[in-house]
Amino acid sequence: MSTSKDKNQLSRTARSRITDVIVWIILAAGAAFMIAPLLWMVTTSLKTQVEVFALPPVWIPEVLQWDTYVRMWQDSLVLSGFKNSAIVAFTVTIIGTFTCSLAAFSLAKMRLPYRNAIFIGLLTGIMIPFPTIMIPQFVMFAKIGWVDTLLPLIVPAIFGNIVMIFFLRQYLESVPNSLVEAAKIDGASYWQIFWRMIMPIIRPAVAAQFILWFMVVWNDYLAPILYLNTPEKQTLQVVIANMNVQYATQRDYPLIMAASFVALLPILAVFLVFQRQIIESIALTGSKG
Amino acid sequence: MTSATTPAPTSLPAAARQQAANRKKPPLSDGSSRLHRSEKKWALLFVAIPVLGYLLFILYPVLFALYASFTRWNGLGPMRFIGLDNYVALLGDERFQLSLFNTFFYMIGIPIGLALSLALAIAMNRKLVGLTAFRTIYYIPVISSLAAIAILWQWAYNGDFGLVNQFLGFFGIEGPNWLADATWSKPAIIMMAVWKGLGYSMLLYLAAIQSVPRSLYEAAELDGAGAWQRFRTITLPMVQPVTFFLVVTNIIQGAMIFTEIQIMTPGGGPEYSTASAVYHIWRQAFQYQQMGYATAMAIVLGILIFIITLIQFRLNKRSSFVID
Repeated sequence: MSTSKDKNQLSRTARSRITDVIVWIILAAGAAFMIAPLLWMVTTSLKTQVEVFALPPVWIPEVLQWDTYVRMWQDSLVLSGFKNSAIVAFTVTIIGTFTCSLAAFSLAKMRLPYRNAIFIGLLTGIMIPFPTIMIPQFVMFAKIGWVDTLLPLIVPAIFGNIVMIFFLRQYLESVPNSLVEAAKIDGASYWQIFWRMIMPIIRPAVAAQFILWFMVVWNDYLAPILYLNTPEKQTLQVVIANMNVQYATQRDYPLIMAASFVALLPILAVFLVFQRQIIESIALTGSKG
Repeated sequence: MTSATTPAPTSLPAAARQQAANRKKPPLSDGSSRLHRSEKKWALLFVAIPVLGYLLFILYPVLFALYASFTRWNGLGPMRFIGLDNYVALLGDERFQLSLFNTFFYMIGIPIGLALSLALAIAMNRKLVGLTAFRTIYYIPVISSLAAIAILWQWAYNGDFGLVNQFLGFFGIEGPNWLADATWSKPAIIMMAVWKGLGYSMLLYLAAIQSVPRSLYEAAELDGAGAWQRFRTITLPMVQPVTFFLVVTNIIQGAMIFTEIQIMTPGGGPEYSTASAVYHIWRQAFQYQQMGYATAMAIVLGILIFIITLIQFRLNKRSSFVID
């Protein structure tokens, strides 16, 4: 009796181990599909032009053409694109995060008149897609002479990001009111409460939202192509898109791939370093949505 | 939307304000003391910047867009009011309708992507070697710049030298010249979108699956439920909120698809087969200077997206947020 049960158990674990192996192989094959285009991008950037158009295809270049990357920095706008993207992304996220935190504090923990009305009002903003308002916004900024500057990309964003306000407010809901009340009784000003007490409490949520927002701003394409005409003023995403058009006619695909790879490198690095926080905050986003 | 324009409380006489405060609030937080008045002032100040931003950069442009959609306007000159003419013209505009059709056609990728990512998430829920590495790899396309990815895939879809056809060549399949072929251009865009979004949906599904109590599965197993039954009666219902969230956000984002279209198929592809609604709007507004007409299209698109969002908020009421 007991032996037959053992046998049953054994065959079950054996079966489950076989399933594990099959599942692992499927996952690995999937991973290969996911990473292959990106690897191909890197190898293409290191090929000679002859190798790029060789048939049958050359998968790994014979001599790695690091020279392509040198060329890219020298005679293209990648450097100025990098600078512009960095200016926009850092200004927006640093100032914007501050604005959002302050607003979330007010909405969650202070006696704000018309609190719900203000909050719901702000939330309606999420439902307005950017393409619907891009034309009026463009005309607005054109009237004050901001076209072909980075300002239209920066100024609206530093007024705050409604999604971030929403999440920070949700996060603050779990902080007991008595903490804030106690600080008030101790004579702390609201500014002190915000800066010394609220900010440290919401730091993990702020950090996660900051990184997610930074990615969105860094990768933005539609708004930058509306506003930026002068090549030296364009952000990195627009620069690589223009290089794609320009160098494709010269069939200089190594250069195009090198520039594209460099454009996604900063975010890739940030992701690999802060992987755990990013993944946790994204999983949280889904469960809150 | 009207709530944001509520007048400041200072416009009320002090006594009336006092009364209103007494009526609405519990005794503890009655707004009588000077302390509370100062708190209200600070609270308003702290929230003022986003409210101002909302009024300036969202509400005003929306109202302006509504008006502009009733005019003939090139963006610089005077706006000539023409009533509903733009909207009437839209009904007969084949290109706009084609671009809307294309936009919705791309959404075929949503169920495909969700099914694949759910399968992946279930696979990842086992204790296997190298799971963290897999998770990272699947997620890399999600964080990658869309412009760079679009450039990469445009080249990967090249008929003669692209990665996709070289891969198909291993199996003796001669792939089409994807982006230059009106039949294959849309599937090409869909495949790329599925590839890029897979990691995100998978991550959300994985988190949802991991939060399902183990005891549920154990009980079902004791009752003799097979793997498929457990999937259908436990996993699927438990991840339902995530599925819903993903469907709606994917539809909203899909409705705004632009970057990959503009980069991969300049001009809107063969026979305009890849042009999306936003691409068409962008072209009409910024290349042909038909700002009034383009705004009308943008309003139509905005209303479509708005309806979808509204449905989301309705159906998702219980699981999302509670406004106290």
